[in-house]
Amino acid sequence: MLLIHCPYCAATLPELEFAYAGEAHIARPADPSTFSDEQWRDFLFIRTNARGLHFERWRHVHGCGRFFNAVRDTVSDKFLTTYKAGEPKPELEALLKAAGKDAAE
Amino acid sequence: MARFSAFSLMRHALTGHRDWPAQWPDAEPKAEYDVIVVGAGGHGLAAAYYLAKEHGVTNVCVLDKGWLGGGNTGRNTTIVRSNYLYDESAKLYDHAIDLWDGLSQDLNYNVMFSQRGVMMLAHTVHDVQSFQRHIHANRLNGVDNLWISKERAKEICPPLNISPDARYPVLGAAWQQRAGTARHDAVAWGYARAAAARGVDIVQNCPVTAIRRGPDGAVEGVETAKGFIKAKKVAVSAAGHTSVIMESAGVRLPLESFPLQALVSEPVKPVFPCVVMSNTVHAYISQSDKGELVIGSGTDQYTSYSQRGGLPLIEHTVAAICEMFPVFRRMRMLRKWGGIVDVTPDRSAILGKTPVPGLYVNCGWGTGGFKVTPGAGHTLAHTVARDEPHPLNAPFTLERFTTGRLIDEAAAAAVAH
Ligand SMILES: Cc1cc2nc3c(=O)[nH]c(=O)nc-3n(C[C@H](O)[C@H](O)[C@H](O)COP(=O)(O)OP(=O)(O)OC[C@H]3O[C@@H](n4cnc5c(N)ncnc54)[C@H](O)[C@@H]3O)c2cc1C
Ligand SMILES: [Zn+2]
Repeated sequence: MLLIHCPYCAATLPELEFAYAGEAHIARPADPSTFSDEQWRDFLFIRTNARGLHFERWRHVHGCGRFFNAVRDTVSDKFLTTYKAGEPKPELEALLKAAGKDAAE
Repeated sequence: MARFSAFSLMRHALTGHRDWPAQWPDAEPKAEYDVIVVGAGGHGLAAAYYLAKEHGVTNVCVLDKGWLGGGNTGRNTTIVRSNYLYDESAKLYDHAIDLWDGLSQDLNYNVMFSQRGVMMLAHTVHDVQSFQRHIHANRLNGVDNLWISKERAKEICPPLNISPDARYPVLGAAWQQRAGTARHDAVAWGYARAAAARGVDIVQNCPVTAIRRGPDGAVEGVETAKGFIKAKKVAVSAAGHTSVIMESAGVRLPLESFPLQALVSEPVKPVFPCVVMSNTVHAYISQSDKGELVIGSGTDQYTSYSQRGGLPLIEHTVAAICEMFPVFRRMRMLRKWGGIVDVTPDRSAILGKTPVPGLYVNCGWGTGGFKVTPGAGHTLAHTVARDEPHPLNAPFTLERFTTGRLIDEAAAAAVAH
């Protein structure tokens, strides 16, 4: 079972408290009426489905109830970080460095 | 290729079965092929077989990053059924069952297709209504499916608990007699052997790292761990890993990859005559010919390529099995495993051409593509050989996510296998 850090509760808790909520940083169209069919397809259906580092949303359903974002390696299922909704995408390079250091320790 | 027969079995018995020849050669790739199939799962191997058999295209190579049949083909719970709701799906899955029917003879390989029947339990009023709707839709499509009472369900499957006191009492069931199971490994091996006998090269332990496109955008071949291999036509049939390969050709797909798990018990005497599925309590079960109970679980909630899956799902599944079949409460489980399944937003496959000339894709079968192996291979071969879809796979385009013509089996089945 995954252990997930909720950035709002500042606690690391079992996966059962959380609901996965899909890829993160997919922005809603600012002006939907101007969106082409292809843009709607990309927004609604196309996903990165990364093998490796993946930006994703989680919701602490059985806790504070809030959505937050995470970076997880989809091969090892290890979380590199979690951060509050609305915060910018973290710098992957720095994260990887930090994770590499952890792994070597 | 030496044909299997009762006579050849007897002859080899005389020498203690020690001198059976290899069933197919472990090929090394040539510099160029007419068609390259990426992924030696059941689908890819079947496509190669039908390319050779029905379209005379024999200069074909099937590449796999691991061993043949080591993906979801060798990891699934082998349920074969065709009682899907929508016309498009019902036709394609039923076509597959037609092919399953004569497959052992066609391949000269016993795939152990066993039409022992699949029972889908209804536990709620909603289940009853939705299953009856399925049954009516199936009947209009000429697909076998029957409503049965809970008493009849118990007659067919004695271990089933139909007590009204159950947490989720059984109210009745949909019964497809034509459905059943097949031996997953044998399907991969049978297609591999029959394809190789017609000249197809099967190359294992050779990951495709990228698809190469020429200046005009068309496919030129694939980059692999064993170097570049040229081909004007490439068909990607890589299940959970499809997004990664297609991205290298610049094609982004509406796919997400999830771990899906299954487990088996220790082998016991025959106790379980059919396949039983329950979408509501979310578990399904059958008994292999070896005697193990084969139990299917659900997908993890998060995307992953870890090919493992989480334990909470196993716990949930086993609880559901014990509830439906109290007789199995003290049964010991032997092992569990996971496969990576590629899921589309409408839970229907994508099988056809792509925006890249010469590039074809067969993916999105998600949690339920073993049953369609012969049908997917057959229609993919047609699509590749003629550069146009077979009427049966024509609706399963990538374009449907732009036009909105979805085949929305997701709403129709909570469990999509
Ligand atoms: C636990 C579980 C239970 C299931 N139960 C059922 C069921 O009861 N009924 C049913 O109908 N379906 C079921 N399914 C789904 C079914 O297994 C799949 O839909 C089906 O087997 C897919 O076949 P395939 O040939 O497309 O994929 P696979 O057999 O996965 O073949 C794809 C191949 O591509 C190869 N590959 C991947 N990347 C590369 C690369 N870069 N280069 C070269 N090769 C590559 C892989 O190694 C693999 O061998 C289940 C799946 C799982 C995991
Ligand atoms: Zn929280």
